[in-house]
Amino acid sequence: MAKLNTNGNAYTIIYAAVIVVIVAFLLAFVASALKPTQDDNVAIDKKQQILSSLNIRGVEKSAVDATYKSVIVNDAIYGTDPTTPTNNGEAKDQAGFKVEGKNITPDNRPFYVAEVDGAKKYVIPVTGAGLWGGLWGYVALNEDCETVYGTYFSHESETAGLGARITEQWFQDSFQGKKLYAEGNEDVVLSVVKKGKEGSMSPDNYVNGVTGATLTSNGVNDMIQEDLKSYQDILKAQKK
Amino acid sequence: MSKLFSKENGEVFTNPLNINNPIAVQVLGICSALAVTSQLKPAIVMGLSVTVITAFSNVIISLLRKTIPNRIRIIVQLVVVAALVTIVSNILKAYVYDVSVQLSVYVGLIITNCILMGRLEAFAMQNGPWESFLDGVGNGLGYAIILVVVGFVRELLGFGSVFGFQIIPDSWLLENGGLYMHNGMMTMPAMALILLACVIWVHRAYNKDIE
Repeated sequence: MAKLNTNGNAYTIIYAAVIVVIVAFLLAFVASALKPTQDDNVAIDKKQQILSSLNIRGVEKSAVDATYKSVIVNDAIYGTDPTTPTNNGEAKDQAGFKVEGKNITPDNRPFYVAEVDGAKKYVIPVTGAGLWGGLWGYVALNEDCETVYGTYFSHESETAGLGARITEQWFQDSFQGKKLYAEGNEDVVLSVVKKGKEGSMSPDNYVNGVTGATLTSNGVNDMIQEDLKSYQDILKAQKK
Repeated sequence: MSKLFSKENGEVFTNPLNINNPIAVQVLGICSALAVTSQLKPAIVMGLSVTVITAFSNVIISLLRKTIPNRIRIIVQLVVVAALVTIVSNILKAYVYDVSVQLSVYVGLIITNCILMGRLEAFAMQNGPWESFLDGVGNGLGYAIILVVVGFVRELLGFGSVFGFQIIPDSWLLENGGLYMHNGMMTMPAMALILLACVIWVHRAYNKDIE
């Protein structure tokens, strides 16, 4: 084989072009071949989160889809009209389920209706900001649209061992049975407060934050209050 | 066959595990060593990912080494590494989703891991594919060992568990009437730096000739 001049301009340019084209094809192939599996994983993860908010935890990965479909009745999307959803949500994971947290706006609100042990539950997605990054979660309410049935929270990058503890079950379970509203009032008052700062609040209306993670706890507090407030009209319409 | 497993090739493989360890001796790639070692599982996955990527990028570059134009060799190396990293990150997302969530951006950041570019430039550009493969695996494992040691200590002291299994019983904890408390500092990246320094200290104490 004749010795190639590997330092020539033409050779260098052609070499770079060929390498880039090969790599581009390879990556495009891998990405599109694995895309369906990856999307499935993301969907299963989201279903697991919603089930967790309904206190159904530790479901095997292979059983998540079936459990989700047996529990969730409807994944409606509500626009500005709180009485009728803009879709029928029959497939349970085709409508509201497809709305990503960042796309939730007042005229695009996913609202899950679930049935656990014969009782109706409503699941509301919430999103907010913690100390370092985004927070999100789901709040499940009983049929009275006021009592919390269960919650699930997760985070992008809160401090491990401190703020990241909002993902632990003891914190999420502490919301169970709490009420959104104070007696005879219609403002959402459910709060996360520092131990000792409860003031005159009824024990029904607050949970204690995570020790050493005040800013993350405040983030959870704001996220719950603001997002539940924006769903209040739907909840009222459901109650009637 | 005897040539494939000759003494020199053996050294190519074992040197980076000990006397030429990329982290403990060359102090390369420590940024990711700090970030992913708060628990054992991500540390191991990260170690294996780096091992696979170093080994295969070493082989590819070694095969191409005679054709790569000298002026753009770093770019070619980078393209090869970036392509492999993207593939590995896609595979992790598809098959071990929860681990890929935990590793988040750090898999992508393997591209900038100094160990990789260092091995490509210093070894694969001058040696054959088999030696380069051994060198890549050796360096990857040398990196993985340190990650596992740091991850083990941090998970044990920070969370009281090893590999997610509870080692320190809950009844020992202060809040349950015991006398023990998890060391929250261990979960912070800063402690990894201190542990890493301890590892380097012990390593040097045993290998006086390194200095």
